[in-house]
Amino acid sequence: MLELESVNTYYGKAHILNDLSFTLNEGEVVSLLGRNGAGKTTTVKSIMQLVKPATGSIVFDGNHLNRLAPHQVARLGIGYVPEERRIFTDLTILENLEVGRQAPRDGLEPWTVESLFKIFPNLEERQNNRGKALSGGEQQMLTIARTLMGNPRLLLLDEPSEGIAPVIVEQMAATIMQIKESGLPVLLSEQNLHFARLVADRAIIIESGEKKYDGSFAELEANPSIRDAYLSV
Amino acid sequence: MGLIFAQLLTGLANAAALFLVASGLSLIFGVTRIVNFSHGSFYMLGAFIGYSLMQVLPGAIGFWSSVLLAGVAVGIIGVIVEILVLRPVYKAPELFQLVATFGVILVIQDLALLIWGAEDVLGPRAPGLKGIVRIMGEPVPKFDLALIAITPFVLFALWYLLTKTRVGILVRAATQDREMVGALGVNQAWLFTGVFFLGAALAGLGGAIQLPKGGADLLMDFTILASIFVVVVIGGMGSLPGAYIAAVLISVLNVFGVSYLPQSTLVLMFVVMAVVLTIRPYGLLGREEKAGEHGQVGEPELPIKPASLTIRLLVLALIALLACLPFVAPSFFTILATDVIVFCLFAASLHFILGLGGLVSFGHAAFFGTGAYVAALLVTYVGTPMELAFLLAPVGAFLLAIIIGWLCLRLSGVYFAMLTLALAQLVWSLVFQWDDFTGGDDGLVDIWPSAWLRDTTSYFYFTMVIGIGGILFLRHLAHSPFGYALRASRDSARQAEATGIHTKRIQWVSFAIAGALAGVAGALFVFSKGSVFPVELEIAKSFDGLIVVFLGGVKTLSGGVVGAAALTLVQDYITRFEYWRLALGLLIILVVIIAPNGIVGSLRKLAHWLPFGRSKST
Repeated sequence: MLELESVNTYYGKAHILNDLSFTLNEGEVVSLLGRNGAGKTTTVKSIMQLVKPATGSIVFDGNHLNRLAPHQVARLGIGYVPEERRIFTDLTILENLEVGRQAPRDGLEPWTVESLFKIFPNLEERQNNRGKALSGGEQQMLTIARTLMGNPRLLLLDEPSEGIAPVIVEQMAATIMQIKESGLPVLLSEQNLHFARLVADRAIIIESGEKKYDGSFAELEANPSIRDAYLSV
Repeated sequence: MGLIFAQLLTGLANAAALFLVASGLSLIFGVTRIVNFSHGSFYMLGAFIGYSLMQVLPGAIGFWSSVLLAGVAVGIIGVIVEILVLRPVYKAPELFQLVATFGVILVIQDLALLIWGAEDVLGPRAPGLKGIVRIMGEPVPKFDLALIAITPFVLFALWYLLTKTRVGILVRAATQDREMVGALGVNQAWLFTGVFFLGAALAGLGGAIQLPKGGADLLMDFTILASIFVVVVIGGMGSLPGAYIAAVLISVLNVFGVSYLPQSTLVLMFVVMAVVLTIRPYGLLGREEKAGEHGQVGEPELPIKPASLTIRLLVLALIALLACLPFVAPSFFTILATDVIVFCLFAASLHFILGLGGLVSFGHAAFFGTGAYVAALLVTYVGTPMELAFLLAPVGAFLLAIIIGWLCLRLSGVYFAMLTLALAQLVWSLVFQWDDFTGGDDGLVDIWPSAWLRDTTSYFYFTMVIGIGGILFLRHLAHSPFGYALRASRDSARQAEATGIHTKRIQWVSFAIAGALAGVAGALFVFSKGSVFPVELEIAKSFDGLIVVFLGGVKTLSGGVVGAAALTLVQDYITRFEYWRLALGLLIILVVIIAPNGIVGSLRKLAHWLPFGRSKST
């Protein structure tokens, strides 16, 4: 459903993504692994068109994303959960969710505030609190809930385990499993191999913007050399 | 007691229009991060359009529908401006858009002149509210009471719109992180346009609703601009209740000022602002702006380089050519060239703090004017010889810059800019209202150079030496360790501090140096003209400086000088036409849209694309 073909992205003169190609199929949770600076966030941002790839094509459900504005990409059904959380700290939880709300999509059960509060009970308790009053973990939950309000057909999760306590990371894994069970495909950018293995079906490893591995976790474990070369463990 | 209460009511009534206009400015800034200089023009258009509608629509219903329709009409004009002028330049360097809005001011000024003529228009009185009522024995116009009653409803309506509706939630979210709002599927472009509509409509409403009290004239765009900036800054950027409180505070104080301290009316509001900001740097209800909070990380600045040999030779040739001017051209050109050099020095000094220091000052004219006035005052009162006055002028500007810099540098970004504007206005209003000392509006005349510089040609050479010397001095500073420290403070204050640079002190010193050199330009100016008037301290003068620096190219070292030379020459030519403001405004807008990197930046890009220029520019 998502297909990247020879994508090259630059920041100024720095070449960040180098002929990156991969696909993501319906109902699949794929983890994009790599070290700091490998290009994971840039991959996610390129899909969202928050940074514009110089060459290559990105196709989602038959739609070419290149040259679309980020809001058009979002409206096609790609839900983006950014790395630094970026919740609206002056808005309440309910208002944050409202910003993310989009019209229901054909063939998908629409998310509502109530159904999201079932997955994120902490948020319900604090629904009228401002974003800045939340803990890091709660903020991370809120960003995911906010994006789900847009009824996405594909979720891009950029390093959700970054900077939150290990206990919360486990909760996060459970949450992502719940989302996965609803049939929503996820592209999970992650440094934490352990966390990625818990939730993802397939691993893609990138290094310096190039794809180095694309396959199952089982195969990855059978080849520790790949893991040692491209992931800092 | 009754009189004081009646005056309080007048103040509250005056606050109505001020609040409407200021809230619009605050709203537009909050979401789009654009300091909309043309907001005063929207206010003026509201007044004129309202006036025309009131001529046609009869009775009380006619009056109030005219007010509303004027608001809607100006809102639509705001949308047109946003779509045609601002959309193409959203991606330009930060604050570049304000040059475009300045172009809009000029265009609207001439369009208003074309449509409504140069005569001041007396506003019709509101039907049904023409009389007065007596409150504690004092007459209070009924219309004032209506205004006092209306304003809280407007405040409530705006509050409701912003806090309770989806659009309001999106607007507040976009104020904080507009990229994220876009990534969540909201079309920011229309959100911006909507906010511009609302902001402009509020300004239009303000203009139309004050008609019975103030009428309409072609100067009201600039008259209100300083006041609404002050209101927004005192209240706290983005805070509507803050804007309301500040509007009331300013208006009430103004009414009392007119009665008890008539010679201080203009100064008063800036004094209030200085006091408020000294105690609460982010305004009464504002919150602290954190750097990088809005997710706007621009392209990294290119390092500046010493000029190449070719460029140096070119500049030398240009200077030599300039030096030949008095021999080959009529004296008119010598005078024009003197003006150009003076303005170039002024622009270069602004560019020094703006481009290299990242300190956007909206009030740089204060230092130019102070230099001119210090020299003029010394000559007038003490009979100081020109040479000594010339030395003391920059000292005066330097001292003023030290004071203003100290007050303003505690703030950053737009707060810094607004405070510099307000303090510059304070200086202007002091000069303007202190008739006995400064000559007020009549200015100071008969300020001529010493005998050896009396003729145009020798003064031209004097200007060349001092002006070009000043520009080269600034250039030299830019390449000195001091210049490195200044640029480091601009690019990353924290890292600069971590390496041992006292960023605030560096910025303060550079602000004072820039002030002193603007003072030199002012002194050159006053002796070349023989007189000085308060216009040299006006907002418009500061804006001229900003325009040329941005048009020339903020990110290039020579931007200020090139922009200043270009603008002075264009202006000299274009002001011969009747509707020159229209032409100049359109020209500025066009340059902004076509060349968002400024003249020098765009020339470099052009050179980069041409095959023979490539090796040099990369």
